[in-house]
Amino acid sequence: MADIRELIQKVSLAKNKLELQNLKTQFLGKNSQINQEFKKLGSLNEDERKVKATSLNNEKQKISEAINIRLKELEKLEINEKLQKDKVDVTLPARERPNGKIHPVSQVIDEISSIFSEIGFSVEEGPDVESEYNNFTALNTPEDHPARDMHDTFYLDKNKKILLRTHTSPVQIRTMLSGNPPFKIIVPGRTYRCDSDQTHSPMFHQLEGLHIDKNITMGHLKGCLDYFIKEFFEVKKIRMRFRPSHFPFTEPSAEVDIGYKLENGRIIVGEGDKWLEVLGCGMVHPNVLKNAKINTKIFQGFAFGMGIDRLAMLKYGINDLRSFFETDYRWLNYFGFDPLDVPTNYRGLSR
Amino acid sequence: MIITLSWLKDHLNTNANLGKIVDKLTNIGLEVEQIHENQNDLSNFKIVKILNTEKHPNADKLKLCEVSLGNSKKSIKVVCGASNARSGLISVYAPPGSIIPKTKMKLKVAKIRGIESHGMLCSESELNISNESDGIIELNNSEKEIGKKYFSKGGEKSIDISITPNRPDCLGVRGIARDLASTGIGKLVNLKKINIKQKKPQPIKISITKEKNQGCMSFGACYIKNIKNKESPKWLKDKIVSLGLKPISAVVDITNYVMLDLNRPLHAYDANKIDKEIIVRNSKQGETIEALDGKNYKLGNNMCVISDKTGPLGLGGIIGGTRSGTEFETSNILLESAYFHPKSVRKTAKILDIETDAKYRFERGIDPNSIKEGLELATYLILKICGGEASKFSIIGKNSIKKKIIEVDNDKFKKVIGIQISSNEIKKILNSLGFKTKVSKKNLKIEIPTWRPDVKYDIDIIEELIRIKGFDKIQLVQPERKRSEDTLNFEQKLFHLSQRAIASKGYLETVTWSFTDSQIDKFFSQGKKEIEIMNPISRDLNVLRRSIFSNLILYIKKNQDRGYLDLSLFEIGPIFFGNQPGEQQVVLGGLKSGVLNRKSWDTKPRNIDVFDVKADLIKTLIELGLKERDLYISNKAPDYYNPVRAGLINYRSNNGPQLAFFGEVHPAIISSIDLKEKNVCGFEIFLKNIPEPDKKFRLLRKNYLVSEYQKSERDFAFIIDKNYKAGDVEKLIETVDNNLIKKVTIFDIFEGGNMPDGKKSIAVNVVIQSMEKTLSEKDLNEVSQKIIKIVETKIGGTIRS
Repeated sequence: MADIRELIQKVSLAKNKLELQNLKTQFLGKNSQINQEFKKLGSLNEDERKVKATSLNNEKQKISEAINIRLKELEKLEINEKLQKDKVDVTLPARERPNGKIHPVSQVIDEISSIFSEIGFSVEEGPDVESEYNNFTALNTPEDHPARDMHDTFYLDKNKKILLRTHTSPVQIRTMLSGNPPFKIIVPGRTYRCDSDQTHSPMFHQLEGLHIDKNITMGHLKGCLDYFIKEFFEVKKIRMRFRPSHFPFTEPSAEVDIGYKLENGRIIVGEGDKWLEVLGCGMVHPNVLKNAKINTKIFQGFAFGMGIDRLAMLKYGINDLRSFFETDYRWLNYFGFDPLDVPTNYRGLSR
Repeated sequence: MIITLSWLKDHLNTNANLGKIVDKLTNIGLEVEQIHENQNDLSNFKIVKILNTEKHPNADKLKLCEVSLGNSKKSIKVVCGASNARSGLISVYAPPGSIIPKTKMKLKVAKIRGIESHGMLCSESELNISNESDGIIELNNSEKEIGKKYFSKGGEKSIDISITPNRPDCLGVRGIARDLASTGIGKLVNLKKINIKQKKPQPIKISITKEKNQGCMSFGACYIKNIKNKESPKWLKDKIVSLGLKPISAVVDITNYVMLDLNRPLHAYDANKIDKEIIVRNSKQGETIEALDGKNYKLGNNMCVISDKTGPLGLGGIIGGTRSGTEFETSNILLESAYFHPKSVRKTAKILDIETDAKYRFERGIDPNSIKEGLELATYLILKICGGEASKFSIIGKNSIKKKIIEVDNDKFKKVIGIQISSNEIKKILNSLGFKTKVSKKNLKIEIPTWRPDVKYDIDIIEELIRIKGFDKIQLVQPERKRSEDTLNFEQKLFHLSQRAIASKGYLETVTWSFTDSQIDKFFSQGKKEIEIMNPISRDLNVLRRSIFSNLILYIKKNQDRGYLDLSLFEIGPIFFGNQPGEQQVVLGGLKSGVLNRKSWDTKPRNIDVFDVKADLIKTLIELGLKERDLYISNKAPDYYNPVRAGLINYRSNNGPQLAFFGEVHPAIISSIDLKEKNVCGFEIFLKNIPEPDKKFRLLRKNYLVSEYQKSERDFAFIIDKNYKAGDVEKLIETVDNNLIKKVTIFDIFEGGNMPDGKKSIAVNVVIQSMEKTLSEKDLNEVSQKIIKIVETKIGGTIRS
């Protein structure tokens, strides 16, 4: 019989599966030498047979193992060979997957809503087309009031009774007339003034706030806005100043300035020696509450209004208000937000 | 309102510097908008003497002047074109770097016809002191003053204050001084007692007619005769110029001065030009007046005019007329100091579109008790500067008004502001502002000064107190972090969800104006009337949009014109269906244009089509909580879609609420708008038609049950009438057995070839699975037969073998 090591050697050198199969038949098949040896076992005595049988089985086992090992090796080689043919250039472009974006105004409205939600404000809305009464008269701005000059109003009828709201404040009236106090609402929305130049857009966005309850003081107003400004600009400290002003629908009225500095042409909000006006506010004028059928002996509160576009510009370094509405594909891509980037309090308002 | 520090100090005794005063002004609500530095440049202008002149070698009309800036300084060469430039003349010199008030040009050392000129010699007009532009200023200052500053007030900055409409009293320097005094920064100076010799009564008859809508409450006048009107003296010119007005003549400058000083507008008439008497009355339709602004105004009824026997002389409280205007030759004047009702002034000025300093003040409310005060100061100054003889004052009409008293509860301040204030502080603040106070245990009785028409209620007093006390004194109360109501309602949640759902499918969100071009809007308005804006900012933004597409398609065009052809844009916002409040609804509209895989190494480019937008739309509707089974799709879309490539989605039946439209934009519109890339598809979702579920989705869902048994699939090919919609076949097969049929998918559609005319072949894959058992061949055949039967009976389809 051939040396077992010689057989194993041959197996391990088999070049392919076919050759291996042939060797398997040759070494372990019906006509293989080993099989012949097994057939001869009957002619041996019992002791010899046992010894011989064990050794033959051992040999058979070893050859089988060798064949299996070689088979696995060959399979691996085969796959590798195939893979060489399948090779692709992974630096080629991926298939198209368009990126959608959320407009900065929408994103900032989400941010603001999230901030005010924390302290219990709900979102209210109102129509863009308003009555002259809700937009002005009910807000303590009678027809002959010079404050109306500051609102360049779009009218929809000749009698100037129907207009595009010049601010979100009429929603105060609508909300109060349709419910009972307390009220704690914010109102984001489109507002319109017929004023169009480099820094003015005939349409812009405002956010109104209204909190009416028992015992709401200017201290609460200050606290609410202090909280909002810090949260919105995501700073721990901010310089802030309440400056007396005048709005017909609040008394006392204030404008709020925040501190800022310029760094490389960008506004950095917080510290710095310059002041930037960000919003107007005040205690709701008793005349407004009366027009909204609120008992002024029991209820009082504050209101505020701010420009959403302006807040977005400050926070995200956008210089041009008009660009918000010009729908330039490049601008939308650059300043837009990923739709999955939903502002929340616990994950952070902005990335 | 512009003030200067020195004028302020006429009324306020203070040591505070400019910075401190500016801070205080802003802190009490008189917002300083700007500090004008340009006044500063006037300090450069010097009194000089021309030592000698010679002819410019290259120009006949120009002279080369050697100018002395005083003995100790080197003389300077200046080129000058004035005919009166001569040796020995003392004039005003502007060195290089100074800004000429009239032209606002900054002087540079420049060569004029080849000769260098270091600065220039100025005319009065160039310095804005008069209209005199003929020649340079001729001064008679002494030799000692040569080299000194010409403008004594030079270097003074002016403060531009934004006065809120409730504070007419601060449209005069004295009012601002009073407010500042109340902060403790200084003391309000008492007005000087004025003594004028007045012997004779005022000779011109004046009457205010009694009629409805009479705009004049009272009318004061003084007749001054034998004056010599002239240019104002320098101090007065300086003052007038410093607040941004132009000096005209002494009489006019004095009336302006009193207006700026005391917020008391006046008017001076040339008394000789008054026809007999003054009648203050309502105008009549058709009357006209040539006003001092040089314009002719046609008057309507009921405008307050000051007239004489001939006709209107002026519009009360707004503007005077040229017919009775004062001139340098004027020798007798009638000075008017009146009270006109704000509403009347405002109404007239608005109709006639006139804006004047007087109108601005009267419409905000002048102190009705300042009539005499104004006459006194103006008469005094006129007599002093122009000489003449003054009559007694005649004041007719209601010449004093009832004192207004406001009661304020003692605890009101604490209740509104949240902090305490002592009654001493209250008294101090209010008294310094001119309010009289009477304190009692329960409340405060406050008499309101007549110059504060804005103070009407107790809350106004609270504002006065905190304004002067300081907003920084208010203790802030930390907000409570508590939420008892939902932040958003169902519709608002849908808004935000759909916005992000569409964006996540590759659309860029846009925000466009709610108004648009009627020419574009009409493409999408289905023949409905346009919603016109009466005063649009431009002709192509003249209507409220009836569709989201009106603006969106324009911006598709603009971006295509920039070279971006493959676009996906959307907007979520209001569209309008009427011009009344509430006639609007929120729509999410999206447009997609161009080609998919325009440049791709492995995928063939293809036009985006209706099924691309349909995929985005259906996926979004499902994300919004709708079930695909509830979406009924038909090809009824509005006329701005391609009629054969567009659809409508209804909820739960073909007649259910309209959820959305989708499809190709009508090619006729595309070609009218002239798009570069004409392949545009879109969709519109009507959020208000998406039903609000009565429970949370998690509660509406059935229990989770899945079949343990084998699922089977069967394919069918039917020949059906061409007009049947694939979607209908799908829905029909689903009705065979809602429990067993899990899914129906149409995977092939074929027309033409060997198909009979009017027929098409449709291949359907049906997934069948039971919750109870593994279905036997027999069971499956039963279901298959039912499917074949229903297609046969309901729509006359036959199974292909």
